[in-house]
Amino acid sequence: MAGVGSACLVVALLGAVYAAGASLYGVRAGRAEFVASGRRAIYCMAGLLACAMGLLEAAFLRSDFSFAVVAEASSTDTPTFYKVTAMWATQDGSLLLWAFLLTVFASAVLYVTRRSLRAIAPYATAVLAVVAGFFLLLMVAWENPFSTLTRAPVEGNGLNPLLRHPAMMVHPPLLYTGYVGFSIPFAFAIGALVTRRTGADWIRVTRRFALVAWTFLGAGIMLGALWSYTELGWGGYWAWDPVENASLMPWLVGTAFLHSIMVQEKRGMLKVWNVSLVCGTFALALLGTFLVRSGILDSIHAFGASTIGVQFLTFIALVCVVSVGLIISRLPDLRSEARLDSLLSREAFFLLNNLVLLGLALVIFWGTFFPLISEALTGHKASVGPPWFDRLATPLALVLVLLAGIGPVVAWRRITPRNLRRALLLPLAATGTALLALLALTNAADSPPSLAMFCFVAFVLGVVAQEFWRGARARRVMTGEPLPRALLRLAGRNRRRYGGYLVHAGIAVLFLGVAASSAFVQQRDVRLRPGQSARIGDYRVTYQRATADLGADRAGTGAPISIGAVLRVRKGDERTRMLPARNFYPARDASQGPIGPISQFFEGEANSEVDLRWGLRRDFWTAIRPDTTSLVPIARRLDARLAGAGTEAQARAVAALTEVYRRDPPPAAFRLIVSPLVAWIWIGGGIAVLGALVAMWPSPEARLRRVTSTYAARLGRELSRA
Amino acid sequence: MDPARKRKIRLVVALGAAVALAAALVYTSFSASTEASKPSQIREGRSYELTGKVVKGSVRHDGDELRFRIRDRDGTTSVPVRYSGVVPDPFREGREVIVSGELRGATFAAERDSLVTKCPSKFTKKET
Amino acid sequence: MEFGLAVILLLALVALIVMGPLRRPGQLERRDEARRAELEAAKEAKYREIRDAELDRRMGKLSEADWRATDRELRAEAVEILRELDKLR
Repeated sequence: MAGVGSACLVVALLGAVYAAGASLYGVRAGRAEFVASGRRAIYCMAGLLACAMGLLEAAFLRSDFSFAVVAEASSTDTPTFYKVTAMWATQDGSLLLWAFLLTVFASAVLYVTRRSLRAIAPYATAVLAVVAGFFLLLMVAWENPFSTLTRAPVEGNGLNPLLRHPAMMVHPPLLYTGYVGFSIPFAFAIGALVTRRTGADWIRVTRRFALVAWTFLGAGIMLGALWSYTELGWGGYWAWDPVENASLMPWLVGTAFLHSIMVQEKRGMLKVWNVSLVCGTFALALLGTFLVRSGILDSIHAFGASTIGVQFLTFIALVCVVSVGLIISRLPDLRSEARLDSLLSREAFFLLNNLVLLGLALVIFWGTFFPLISEALTGHKASVGPPWFDRLATPLALVLVLLAGIGPVVAWRRITPRNLRRALLLPLAATGTALLALLALTNAADSPPSLAMFCFVAFVLGVVAQEFWRGARARRVMTGEPLPRALLRLAGRNRRRYGGYLVHAGIAVLFLGVAASSAFVQQRDVRLRPGQSARIGDYRVTYQRATADLGADRAGTGAPISIGAVLRVRKGDERTRMLPARNFYPARDASQGPIGPISQFFEGEANSEVDLRWGLRRDFWTAIRPDTTSLVPIARRLDARLAGAGTEAQARAVAALTEVYRRDPPPAAFRLIVSPLVAWIWIGGGIAVLGALVAMWPSPEARLRRVTSTYAARLGRELSRA
Repeated sequence: MDPARKRKIRLVVALGAAVALAAALVYTSFSASTEASKPSQIREGRSYELTGKVVKGSVRHDGDELRFRIRDRDGTTSVPVRYSGVVPDPFREGREVIVSGELRGATFAAERDSLVTKCPSKFTKKET
Repeated sequence: MEFGLAVILLLALVALIVMGPLRRPGQLERRDEARRAELEAAKEAKYREIRDAELDRRMGKLSEADWRATDRELRAEAVEILRELDKLR
């Protein structure tokens, strides 16, 4: 079956070459049949890659260890859900996922535009074919997911326990969908540049794809943060790690793009800016994909030197050179159709928002690549840590949130100062009230940046609420509907606008959570014996007793041993029980020498099973690091003694050993964290995604008009033929 | 003020802001950075980001503290490290780690929570 | 060889699908159809702008004077587009 899979990849690669060639020939020679043929080649590629994915997943599901990737990332004792998702834990498998998603998206957009954009679409087809071809070439020549092992091992390595978390497994597909999604506007932008049709048509068609990509990328980033918070033992959600930054940069530039294309659609301005932004977003998306696998930056995620780093870098350089070259050569066609009338206009504020977003992206880029920059400039490799990022990103984030509040209030072209004052009155009042309340009732003033952020968030929420209210009221004046209905109809008929407002509200809430949980978090690391207590904030935490479970870890990750604690948490009259644990997985890494069957459990991978109590006001987070070092020598001695005994005796020995720990545990290290308002980060993100869905949903009226107009066109065509 | 002049002023302001940001970037990053070094390169008196491998047999838990020796990736020079804080899950003897701190006397006193362990190489060419 | 056989079969399948349109040659761009689609899209966008400006005025973001000026501009642009569309029919 591996041969069939490889064949799919090879034929898909040939298809990519044909698709590019046929589309380009067809559009230049004016022969529509070749353009159609090239389009079909893309559809075929999608089908072939779907087959390839299916074959590979089947191999995972039946634990066929003759496949190198299956042996690398899966094992017979990996739970089924993780067997399926393990495919993209490997380099080869993730390349396949990327290529598959790309061809599916490409097929979708080419199908939708098959009768429109006839001048641009063939060039877009060629660009998409080249990008897909690049990924296919990487697989066929260097990292084939269907490579087989001449001697199939009996058991695979198993999925890294750190990745055995639902969020972690959904995270790569979401990110890749985001990256891939941005390739669509990029391809059409290149087509528009080549054909000099730099009006807003390429934007109109691809805008929705850009929005979808933005949503998926944002959701993927948030899932990554959620995973870090709930799965890793450090209790934070963002570490400014290079890999995290790599996904955030295209998202920021993509956000700028989504705003500035509105300016081009409405006023015909910012054409150069838009094509540059979309090329930049795509280049950053490729960079993001590459960074995770390159090993050029030290990171928790750095997987060591990669074999495809050079190729990726070459391709990214090619994309940059072609983009810049095309833009410069087409500058005359990219002249603005209008000028900025007034600084008090939505165009001006969008431009400002773009500058802030790009500034933020630049800061992150600089900090992420600083080791390489400093090495190039000074010869020493230096790096900057989270405090530097926080220091520079915070003021930019504050300005961003403030702009998110002012933007919705300002009209296109111009708004008179008097109208602006009137519009800002209520939101400013809300902000002032919030400020007073915060100063009087909380200790928010201890952190001025957080206080400022809270006020700005109140401002944004005030503006959004006012927009909905005033819009509904205006509607009711005309239609007399009841308020709820007016609100729904209002949002329904102006989805882009009100969906966008929801996104702003969601992002504001997200920043509320970030500000509160960064500035006012309380954290303690303590060592406790059973019976001992510790205080954190208003809580009193007592270590009651140890727990040891075999083969039944709470998260269903298939951990053979799970050692933990029962903690009793008291605050006033409230009592809760928390059960942090640590899962131990058998060692498969024989590079340190042979490991005995009993010791393997205490010298293999281990990860934290965090226990967390969500709350709207605060989260209580606990993790444990039990001290199993005393068990290791005993395990080694048992291995020596039971060398010849069967697996049952060994299993009983392991059980006995964990029981020894449970009865009389040495002091364990606990990390206790009380984070205020963390849950609002996830809630805010959810609201933003909801808003994006509203904004991208096609509105029925437009669809109706499109349908009737296509009928009218068809009628016209047929009449002229008669 | 005629529109052309207004536009020029706006451009100047925008460029000025960009230059200011760039200057802030460069200045703060070079002053706040820690140098990535190997155990054989560090000296007393400044902070470093030490990279190297954990020497086998050197890991000891001493109460709240973790003690281990870290050596050059391709060498034998090793330095003892005293660390407290979160120990990442993949931490193990023989693995590559990064830890920030400064050299005090003969021991490297590490910053709290600054220990990072690299996941063992999963993306290298497989032997067939 | 499993691989070789699969390549040949898949290549044949893809070639079959891809050759389909080549048997029915046609002109790439009936200029007017592409132009019509572009104009229709521009018309939609212009209608949305007119509605947005109206909404802004009702909500008080745009003063009466500003709205009247903007509305007049937008409607003139929309009429231009409709005139172009009619020319094509």
